[in-house]
Amino acid sequence: MSVEARVKKIIMDQLGVSEDAVKSDASFVEDLGADSLDLTELIMAMEEEFGVEIEDEQAQKILKVCDAVNFIESSAK
Amino acid sequence: MLLKGKKAVICGVANNKSIAYGIAKAFVDHGAEIALSWPGEALRKRVDPIAEELGAAFTFPCDVTSDQDLANAATTVKEKWGNFDILVHAVAFANREDLQGRCIDTSREGFALALDVSAYSLIGLSRAFEPLINKNGSVMTLSYYGAQKVITNYNIMGIAKAALEASVRYLAYDFGEKGIRVNAISAGPLKTLAASGISGFGKILSHIEHYTPLKKNITIEEVGNTALFLASDLASGVTGDVLFVDAGFQTSGIQIAVE
Repeated sequence: MSVEARVKKIIMDQLGVSEDAVKSDASFVEDLGADSLDLTELIMAMEEEFGVEIEDEQAQKILKVCDAVNFIESSAK
Repeated sequence: MLLKGKKAVICGVANNKSIAYGIAKAFVDHGAEIALSWPGEALRKRVDPIAEELGAAFTFPCDVTSDQDLANAATTVKEKWGNFDILVHAVAFANREDLQGRCIDTSREGFALALDVSAYSLIGLSRAFEPLINKNGSVMTLSYYGAQKVITNYNIMGIAKAALEASVRYLAYDFGEKGIRVNAISAGPLKTLAASGISGFGKILSHIEHYTPLKKNITIEEVGNTALFLASDLASGVTGDVLFVDAGFQTSGIQIAVE
């Protein structure tokens, strides 16, 4: 599975949203209905899945689906 | 089935990574009935599915910063169950800015908030539920080594946990004549929702893996098993204590890796 597909799977599981809703430019809060705890859980789930540590400063910049995918793709290199 | 026929009120489950979840699971696996609290709607939507998964008898609102909520919670539990046996307090909060940098910068408001939610709440909960807790009951809370020694960034929460551990001793004294025991579990670091507020948490976990006798981080299941012991009659002689479930970290002085 590609990084993008894995990230999207996490988002679907954590936020309970359908694959169709997880568009690249979808905002977690505005489009996918996430609250602040959802965002924290999402970051934690990505840290676990990809074995990375996402610091607060970076986490605050992850607002949309594409932000998450880009962050993981760049940190995996 | 160490807890067959026992009823447990558990405050502080947020998701299935919560230490309180590990405790709730261990209790259920050993025959206890459980009830879970939630402090507000944002957590209710997380707690309700977990209550269903674990077969909890009911869930109820309880914001520990509100005396009215504590009284209402006691009324609810009384209506549902009458009495119960085990009270688990797994609640703490501090502002994010107070969990980094210098402890000396903690504001008066930040201090009051952290101590209210993280330490006073044990006293408030215990008093609200006191008439409902059966003889030979068990009250427990969760602490961390930062209560006793300096942990970088833990700051105000270390001070709050120190107050919590002292509260455990005084509550144990108060409850002693009723045969109710009060203890704390000092758990090693765990990647929970609450821990997400602590800067550099990954570095702490990695340190533990290298510098504890057991060379590992602990799990919520291990905390759950110790909670099970404390909740059960096996611990009938244990009160006012802080039990470490930390892979032995608190015994460490200087450790040098052996080649």
